[in-house]
Amino acid sequence: MWGLRARGPGGGLLLALVLGGLLWTGGVEVEPGGAHGESQGFQVVTFEWAHVQDPYVIALWVLVASLAKIGFHLSHKVTSVVPESALLIVLGLVLGGIVWAADHIASFTLTPTVFFFYLLPPIVLDAGYFMPNRLFFGNLGTILLYAVVGTVWNAATTGLSLYGVFLSGLMGDLQIGLLDFLLFGSLIAAVDPVAVLAVFEEVHVNEVLFIIVFGESLLNDAVTVVLYNVFESFVSLGGDNVTGVDCVKGIVSFFVVSLGGTLVGVIFAFLLSLVTRFTKHVRIIEPGFVFVISYLSYLTSEMLSLSAILAITFCGICCQKYVKANISEQSATTVRYTMKMLASGAETIIFMFLGISAVNPFIWTWNTAFVLLTLVFISVYRAIGVVLQTWLLNRYRMVQLEPIDQVVLSYGGLRGAVAFALVVLLDGEKVKEKNLFVSTTIIVVFFTVIFQGLTIKPLVQWLKVKRSEHREPRLNEKLHGRAFDHILSAIEDISGQIGHNYLRDKWSHFDRKFLSRVLMRRSAQKSRDQILNVFHELNLKDAISYVAEGERRGSLAFIRSPSTDNMVNVDFTPRSSTVEASVSYLLRENVSAVCLDMQSLQQRRRSIRDTEDMVTHHTLQQYLYKPRQEYKHLYSRHELTPTEDEKQDREIFHRTMRKRLESFKSAKLGLNQKKAAKMYKRERAQKRRNSSIPNGKLPTEIPVQNFTIKEKDLELSDTEEPPNYDEMSGGIEFLAGVTKDTASDSPAGIDNPVFSPDEALDRSLLARVPPWLSPGETVVPSQRARTQIPLSPGTFRRLTPFRLSSKSVDSFLQADGPEERAPAAKPESTHM
Amino acid sequence: MGSRSSHAAVIPDVDSIRRETGFSQASLIRLHHRFRALDRNKKGYLSRIDLQQIGALAVNPLGDRIIESFFPNGSQQVDFPGFVRVLAHFRPVEDEDTDLDPKKPEPLNSRRNKLHYAFQLYDLDRDGKISRHEMLQVLRLMVGVQVTEEQLENIADRTVQEADEDGDGAVSFLEFTKSLEKMDVEQKMSIRILK
Repeated sequence: MWGLRARGPGGGLLLALVLGGLLWTGGVEVEPGGAHGESQGFQVVTFEWAHVQDPYVIALWVLVASLAKIGFHLSHKVTSVVPESALLIVLGLVLGGIVWAADHIASFTLTPTVFFFYLLPPIVLDAGYFMPNRLFFGNLGTILLYAVVGTVWNAATTGLSLYGVFLSGLMGDLQIGLLDFLLFGSLIAAVDPVAVLAVFEEVHVNEVLFIIVFGESLLNDAVTVVLYNVFESFVSLGGDNVTGVDCVKGIVSFFVVSLGGTLVGVIFAFLLSLVTRFTKHVRIIEPGFVFVISYLSYLTSEMLSLSAILAITFCGICCQKYVKANISEQSATTVRYTMKMLASGAETIIFMFLGISAVNPFIWTWNTAFVLLTLVFISVYRAIGVVLQTWLLNRYRMVQLEPIDQVVLSYGGLRGAVAFALVVLLDGEKVKEKNLFVSTTIIVVFFTVIFQGLTIKPLVQWLKVKRSEHREPRLNEKLHGRAFDHILSAIEDISGQIGHNYLRDKWSHFDRKFLSRVLMRRSAQKSRDQILNVFHELNLKDAISYVAEGERRGSLAFIRSPSTDNMVNVDFTPRSSTVEASVSYLLRENVSAVCLDMQSLQQRRRSIRDTEDMVTHHTLQQYLYKPRQEYKHLYSRHELTPTEDEKQDREIFHRTMRKRLESFKSAKLGLNQKKAAKMYKRERAQKRRNSSIPNGKLPTEIPVQNFTIKEKDLELSDTEEPPNYDEMSGGIEFLAGVTKDTASDSPAGIDNPVFSPDEALDRSLLARVPPWLSPGETVVPSQRARTQIPLSPGTFRRLTPFRLSSKSVDSFLQADGPEERAPAAKPESTHM
Repeated sequence: MGSRSSHAAVIPDVDSIRRETGFSQASLIRLHHRFRALDRNKKGYLSRIDLQQIGALAVNPLGDRIIESFFPNGSQQVDFPGFVRVLAHFRPVEDEDTDLDPKKPEPLNSRRNKLHYAFQLYDLDRDGKISRHEMLQVLRLMVGVQVTEEQLENIADRTVQEADEDGDGAVSFLEFTKSLEKMDVEQKMSIRILK
C-alpha cells in the first residue's frame, strides 16, 4: 500500500521518500494528536507525529546520508580506494536490511517520480552549468557519435544477443518476446551520468577522455528515452501489430525528442540570461531565478515529452556565461555552492536508496543465465562498440584516442539509477517478466558501480604507471619535470590547439555583436569603475591572506622591509614547524601527494641534512606553479577550489607583465643593464612586495583591521618606484633581446606589445575573455572583474604593480608618467 | 578538422621543411595557418610581439623564455621554417623515427634534442652550463612568491649539487641529461597533435 501511494502523481517528493515511515508508525504507539485531543479539552502539549511524519522522515534520511558521508571521510584509506557511490550502496543495503528486519515490508524505495522530478534535475543542471564549454564543444562530434550510435549499438546488440540465447533455450521458460528483450536492451544500454560522474570524479583521467565519457552519459539520454518509449509502445501494441510506419515514426521521434529538448533548453537559457540582466534591485532572490528557470526548462520539456535531461543540460551550458556576468559576486557564489550542494546531496540519496531498494524479496527473480549473460553482453558489446567507433573517429580526430583511452572508455560505461528508474517504471501487466528485468538491472548497476568503480582506479593507475613507476622524487626531476610541463603548455598555445578555430571565431563574433548585448547588463559589458572596485577587493583579500599566512608562521618576519632588502630576514630556526605546516597543508589539500611525501618523511627522518632536503621537497611540492592543464579543465561535483589557480594565474600574469613593462621602460630610458646584474635580490624583493604585499614596511604589530590606515604609507612607497627601474630591470638579461627588439621596431619605444595603442584594440577586444580565462572554465569569484581587466589602460595600470591601496590608482598613474597611458594591447585569448 | 583555408602549395619549400621536421603535410598546413594567424600585420614573419600577444603565455611562468627560444642568436624575426623547426622538437617520437640510418642528421624530436631545447632555456649565457645563478633565475620564475629568497637559494644549491658530478658548481648538458635519465622525456616533451 505504501509503495502505491508514492507512485501517485500527487504524492511527490514527500510521500515517495518516506513511503510510509512504517518504522515509526509501527514501532511507536502514536497518539493521533488533534482529533482525539480536542474532545478532551485543550492540551498543553500534543504529540502530532502524523502531522509531521512525511517531511520528518525525509529530513531524517537526508541527515543519515549526510552523516554517512562524514563517516566515510573519516578514513582516507577507505575513500581513496572505494568510491563513495559504492560505499553508499552498501550502506543502503545495510539500512534496507535493518528496515526490513523491523517490519518486513520494503517501505522505502527509489521511485521513478522522485528520481526524475527531484533527484536527477539538480545533478544534470550542475553538470551543465559547470560544463567546461570549450572542451565539450571541441569534442562534440565524438561525444555525439558515442552517445547516439554507441547507445543504439549497445541496445540492439544486447537485446538481440539475449534473445538469441533465449531461443537456444539456455534461460529456461520465460514469458518474453523479442520486443521485451529490445526494451530491456534499450534501458540497460545507456551509460548513466550520475554513476559516471561519481566514479570518474575520483579517477583523474585526462580531460579529453573525461569529457567524452561525461558528455556521452549526458547526451545519450535522448536516445534512451526514445528507444524506451518506442519499444514500450511496441510491447503494448503487441509484436504483430508493429508496422514499418511505426518504425519510421520512432526514428523521427528521435530527432524531435533530442533537438526539441535542446531547443527548449536554449530558449530557457536565453530567458534566464535575460531575466538576470534586470535583477539589480532584487539581489537577494537572484540565485533563485537560476534554479527555478532551469527547473522549468526540465519540466517543460518533460511536459512536451522531449528529452528533459538534454533540456536542462543545455540550459545550463548556454546560460552560464551570461548569468555569471550578470549576477553579483555574492549571488554567483551562492549559486555555485547551492548547486554543488543540491547535486552532491541528490547523488548521495540516489546511491543510498539504490541500495535500500534492493532489499525487497518481492522484486527478486533469479535467472542465472539471464543475469550473467546480461553482464557479459553489456561489457563485451560496449568494448566492441568503443573500438569500432574509435577506429572511425581516429581518422578524423586531431587528438587520437589511444588503446589505453579505449580501455578506459569501455570500462567506464557504468550503469546507474536512470536504468533502475526506467525499469521500475515498466508496466507489469504488459511486460510479464518485469521482476526479472528489475533484479537484473539492480545486479548490473551494483556490478558496474561497485566492481568497476572499485577497479577502474587501479586500472587507470596501472595503465599509466608503466612509465612512472620507479620514481624517487629527485629535485632535478621534480623541477625540470614541472618546467617541461610549462614548456609543453606554452608550445601548445603557440602551435594553436585543435582545429575549430574558424567556427569558434565566428561564434564569438556573433556572441559579441548580438547575444552579449542583449543578455548582459551594460555594466557587465564594460564598466571600469566597478572593475576597479572589485579588483581592489581582490587585492585586499590577498593582503589579508598574506597577513594570515604571517600569523600562521608565528611572525611576520618573512615580510621584508626595504631597509633589510639585502635579506637574511627569515628566521629559519623553527624549520621543523615549517615542515609540519606544510605537511598538514598537504594533508588537507592534496591527499595523493601526501602519501608519497609522508613516506619519504618517514624514511628520511634521520639526519639534519635530510630534513633540510625534505623541506626543500615540500617547498617545491607546495609552491611550484602548476601547469595550466593540470588545474584548468575538469568538472568536479564536489570540489570548488578555483581560488588557488586564480591566484597563481594572477601572480604569473603580474610578473610577466611587469617584466615586459620593465624591459620596455629600460629600453625607453636607455638604462644600462650590466650594472644591474647584482641587484637580483633587490628585484626579487621588489617583486614580492608588489605582487603579494604592497609594502615591505607592513610591520608586525599592525593588525589586519588597521590595514586601511596604512594606505598613505603604501602610496608613498608606490610612488618611490620609478627611480628603481634600473635596479629592477637588472635581473632579466634574457629580456635584453626583447628590449632591443622593441627599441628597434619602434624608435618611439611605445610599441611594446603591452602598451602599444595598436589596432589590437579595434575589433575583438571588448568582449574577449582575458588570457588566463578561457571560456567555459571554472567560475571564479570575480568573474566580471577579471573578464574585463586587461581591456582598459586604467585597469592595466592597476595590474602592473600589484598593490593594495584603494586610492593608489590615480597617484600611480601620475607617478608613472603619461607615456604609458597608451591602451594596453590586449593579449589574445587563450583559445586561439 | 579545423579550417582548411590554406593549402600546401602556399607554403614555400614544403618538401624540405617536411624532410627536416618530419611533420605531416596536414600538420604543416595547420601550422602554417596558425603562423599566419599569429602574424598580425601579414609581414611574412613573426616578431616577439606577435608571440607575446598569445594571452596564455602571459600566465606561463616560462612563457617569455619560450618566446625567446624562437629567436636564436638575437634575431628579431622568425620565418615559417624557423617557427616549425622549434615546434618540431615536440613532435612525438614514432617508430619510424628510431630506425633511421645513421648518416642522416638526428631528427629534431629525438630525446637528446628535446632535452637540449629545455637545457637552452636554462642556459641563458650559452656557455653550455647551467650555473647556480641561472638555476636560481628559473626557480624564481617557477615558484610562488610565498617562498623566501633564502629558501630559493637553498633549493637552487641543492638542485645544482644533486646533478653536478664534476664539482664545477654548474650543470653541464651531460649532467643535465643524466639527472633526467629516468624520466620519460620522449613522452613528457611531446604533443600529440603535432604529428
